[in-house]
Formats: sequence, C-alpha cells, structure tokens
Amino acid sequence: MATTSFTKKMLGLHTVKPDVPSPLGNGKPGFAKKLKLAPSKSKRKDIPEGLWTKCGKCGTMVFDKEWDENLKVCPYCQYHSPIGARERIHSLVETCTFEEMDAGMTSVDMLEFTGVASYKSKLEDYQKSTGLKDAVVTGICRMGEHRAGLGVMDFSFLGGSMGSVVGEKLTRLIERATEKELPLIIVSTSGGARMYEGMFSLMQMAKTCAALAYHAKARLPYISVLTHPTTAGVMASYASVGDLILAEPGAMIGFAGPRVIKDTTQAELPPGFQTAEFLLDRGLIDAIIPRKELKSRLIEYLGFLTVGRVRAPLPAPE
Amino acid sequence: MRHQLDFEKPIAELQAKLDELKKHPDTHSLGISFEEEVATIARKLEETKRQVFSNLTPWDKIKIARHPKRPFTLDYIQSAFTGFSELHGDRLFAEDRAIVGGFACLGPHKVIVIGTQKGRDTKENIMRNFGSAHPEGYRKALRLMKLADKFGLPIITLVDTAGAYPGIGAEERHIAEAIAVNLREMTLLEVPVIAAVIGEGGSGGALGIGVADRVLILENAYYSVISPEGCAAILWKDRAAAPKAAEALKITARHLLELGLVDEVIPEPLGGAHTDQETTIRALQQCLLKHLDALVRIPVAERLRQRYAKFRAFGHYHEEEAALAGNKSIQPQVKT
Ligand SMILES: [Zn+2]
Repeated sequence: MATTSFTKKMLGLHTVKPDVPSPLGNGKPGFAKKLKLAPSKSKRKDIPEGLWTKCGKCGTMVFDKEWDENLKVCPYCQYHSPIGARERIHSLVETCTFEEMDAGMTSVDMLEFTGVASYKSKLEDYQKSTGLKDAVVTGICRMGEHRAGLGVMDFSFLGGSMGSVVGEKLTRLIERATEKELPLIIVSTSGGARMYEGMFSLMQMAKTCAALAYHAKARLPYISVLTHPTTAGVMASYASVGDLILAEPGAMIGFAGPRVIKDTTQAELPPGFQTAEFLLDRGLIDAIIPRKELKSRLIEYLGFLTVGRVRAPLPAPE
Repeated sequence: MRHQLDFEKPIAELQAKLDELKKHPDTHSLGISFEEEVATIARKLEETKRQVFSNLTPWDKIKIARHPKRPFTLDYIQSAFTGFSELHGDRLFAEDRAIVGGFACLGPHKVIVIGTQKGRDTKENIMRNFGSAHPEGYRKALRLMKLADKFGLPIITLVDTAGAYPGIGAEERHIAEAIAVNLREMTLLEVPVIAAVIGEGGSGGALGIGVADRVLILENAYYSVISPEGCAAILWKDRAAAPKAAEALKITARHLLELGLVDEVIPEPLGGAHTDQETTIRALQQCLLKHLDALVRIPVAERLRQRYAKFRAFGHYHEEEAALAGNKSIQPQVKT
C-alpha cells in the first residue's frame, strides 16, 4: 500500500534542457550553451529552462506561457503533465473564493523513522523545494454557483504520499462539508501511503473513509477526480468512493504498481493496463475529462447532484 | 528440522537432547542420575526459550507471524467457535477462497465470522491464493457484514494476509475500490465489530476487513502499511534490508499497542503460537468473548460514535499558531 515508486520520466518530470533546435535560437542545439557563454548575469544559463517546457510525452518544446495557459497540457499531443495543487485550485474556483483550511499543518516524525534518509530531513527538503507544507491543499470555495469543499493533492510533495497531515486535512474538509451541507470534490494524485509514518499512514485510509461515510449518509455529493498517478493507499480509500469518479486522460490509476504485478504474476500486462481509459472500459470511471474542461463539467455535475437537497426523505409505503 | 527458525536452533537442540534422553535412558551412563539430568536440561530449555523469546527482533517476530504451523483462520473457527456454517460468494463474480466467512457461535453469541485464510500446503495455497484476496473476497466479506448488520449479528474478523493480491484480474475488477468501499461501509455497521490480527496484517488487504470497534493482535503478529521487504526495496533500494525496515516501521504488536493503534495484545504461549496452537486459540477465544460481552452492552449510537472517534484520532501532526488564528472554527491543537 505504500508509495509506489515512479521514475521521473513516467511522470514527465525530468528536468528540461533544450536539446532540440529552439524556435527562438539560431537553429543550433547549442542554445543553452551559447547563453552560458554570455558574460555578466550568472543566472542566464537558467533562462531557457524558464522559457520553454519540453512535453514529457511527444518531446515538443512549448512556450511556458502557452504551457501554463493550457494548464500544463501539451497543445500538440494533449499529454496531461503534472500540475501543482495551487495552480489546479486556481483553475477550478471562482476568483478569490478559496478559503484555505489548515494551511499551517505540518507532518511530525513520530516514529523517528530511521531509514537511509531521515523523514525529518525529507520533509524539510520537500517543503523547501515545493513551497508546500504537505501533499494536499484543502478549503472551501465557490465553483460557478456552488459552494463546495475542495481538496487537491500535489504529487511534487513526497510523491503525493498520504500521511497524517493529508488524512487529517482531508478529514477536516469532509467533516466541514458535512456540517455545512456542502458537496465535496477531491482531486487525487498519490503514490500511496507515506511509509515514514508507518501504521498511522495506513489508518488515514480508514479515517478519511469514515468521514466520507457520514458525508454520504447525509446525501451530500462527493466527486473524486483521479489524476496521474493515483495508486495504492489513496486509491484504496477516498479516491475510490466518489458518487462520481472522474479521471484525467492517460492517468495511471491502480492499486498495486505495475512492476509488483509483473513480478508476482510473471504475466505480460495488457496494453494500456491501469490507465484511465482502461479503467473506464472496465467500469470504474464515470467519465474522462480533459483538464481544461474539468471546471465546467464539475459545475454541470454539481447542478444535477444538488437538486435532491430540496427533496424530503421518502416516507415508508403504506 | 522443517520450518525451524534460525533463532529457534538452541531451543531445538536442547529439545532434541531431552527427547533423546527420555527415549533411551540406558544410553546414559555417566554416573549422574537420569532424572536429575532430565530435570537440568528441561530447566535449561525453559530458560533458553524465555531468553530467546524475550529478545526477539521485529524481524524475528515477522518470521513467527508467517510460520506455516501457526493457527490459521479456519483453525480458530473450528476450535474457538462452534457450529461454523460457511457461506460463499460475492454474488457478482466469483467465490474467493482467500477469505472465508459464515455463521458461527462464539460462546453464547451467534455471530458472523470472516477471515483471510492461508493454505498449509501447495495445493491448499493455490486454492487460497496464499491468503491474498481478490476484489471478490472483499466484496463477499462486505456482503456477509451487511447480512450480519441486517439481522443483528455481531461480526468477528480474523486477519492473516500478506496483502491484497497484486494481479491483473484484481486490478481489472478494481480491488482498490473493493477495499475502499469496505472501509466506508464498516464505519456504519450497527452491530459490534471486532477485528483480530492473528498473523500477518498486510496493509490495505488487512484493513479491508479491519475497521472495527476493537482491534486486537496476537503477540507475535504484525500489522503494517507495507511489507518490510517492500519498504526496504523502496527506501533502502535493497530487499535484504527488510530487518531494518521491520524495525523502523514499528509494526510489532508491542509497538502498535504503545502507539495506541491496537486495543489489546493477546499473549502467545512461550515459544510462539506455532508451538502450541491450542493455548493460542483459547487465548484468542477468551479475549474475543471479553470484548464482545462488553460491546453488546453499548447502545448502537454510542458504539458508532466510539468507532468513529477511534479511527478519527489516528495521526500526529503539528499546527502553527499563526495559521490557526485565521482558522476560527477549528480547535487549536498540537497532537504529537
Ligand atoms: Zn506533447
């Protein structure tokens, strides 16, 4: 159940160094090198990385401005590359309507995990490199005319792994949504439970699902959005129990990692195994939604799912 | 000797000596009285056992938890329960024999008992899929739990699995969803639920039948978010580092009790459950009865509240005061 390991390449996260002729440059692959040779301004060599992003799938160089406007979806091959939690929230909510909850909550190394690297130092590193406190951002927002609880995970923080902070923040969000009678949307991306927190991380699965049980009992809608990748402990808990389960195109979704399955079964994995499309065909996913359409589709779905709030419970038949 | 664990060697040697002496008293002719010698060795055997078993590492305990001669779910069902009547199938796809379940009586209580079942030989292991369930197992378990809930039967689950099965069919039929639904639905079961980890508590596959009012664990069982081997492979890049991972993950019964993650540790006989099945089964039976007797007396609403609060409380985190100021409706708390 713990973090499945992913290579940077699988996630399209490999560092970008333009090694193809740049449309801006002189047509030579040495664009970056050339800038490096320029005197003064020592940061110059970083500029190409800031200006261009290479698509993790088709390799096309895309202007960062276009890349960002397109929510990090490649305009040429529609590859959905990872997007940060804050950027995602920005793309989903009405301007200035996101009231963040528990922004200051941070993880604690309660097991004093003695691995190859200490959990404490890992946390510090990731906090520094991502600017995030942990792997989920939660809050109440407005989406169209709907007020809703929104939780968005971020893969860049320790592989989106679920420890006590992810579990606690989501549970508080769910409880708040239940209390305020709000629909709930959780956008997941995770390698699984956070091993460094041992059994506490496994128990976040039960904790979040328990909170969702009462949210569901109150007949409040919950939409789970699966993005690349959503696996293991997160997939085996809140990500799988939405009234609607949506997914981004091409997202890898599953319980066990493909390598583990291959090693265990000694079998060839079917083509497209564990992708959103594969799972739609096999009945798990309600709809695959391109990133740019997600907001409008969520609003549309919420429109249907909140009609019933005015309906009284059915009386028992005479 | 078959299935002998490395740290059991000194015990086995003394035991063999003792057995030999008892078998052929005449071969012993060194002038010391035979009885005296037997008593000395017997004493030494007890002492060695105590010494070995009070110094087990987490990795040693995992070896015991996986011992093929440990009592398995059906051994408990046959001996700690009476009148077991097995029920099959998930009504959707198949009968998964890695999880067994059915009606049974525990003392005066009519219950539904459900558990993951390992095999003792290759043939049985193939039938039981080595105790690793497919989605059908979890869906059958939920079907039986809903049956219990509908007709007011308490639920006992026995957990002994290395984990849910990582296979192609399991993924195609959404094993993660099956587990997740169980976690959600078990929260709302109105009947008492007790889960006991009797051997391996392998991650989500264990938790999938483990949301309960009481979570019990046998002394040498373990319960972990990931197998020590899996953790070692990811964090140490070396499966051989499993003993280190076992230590770091804090997954032994003692550790889990100290961390407040289980309610009670059930002692095993000295030498481990695999050396004395009957005593172990009796100990689990008594512990289940004690907790069930207490749970049936709690009103439903209160039991559900307590079950929720129990899982709700798991987790350690830190909150900054500054952040709390802007977060009015949430109680400031630092839980570590
Ligand atoms: Zn592309």
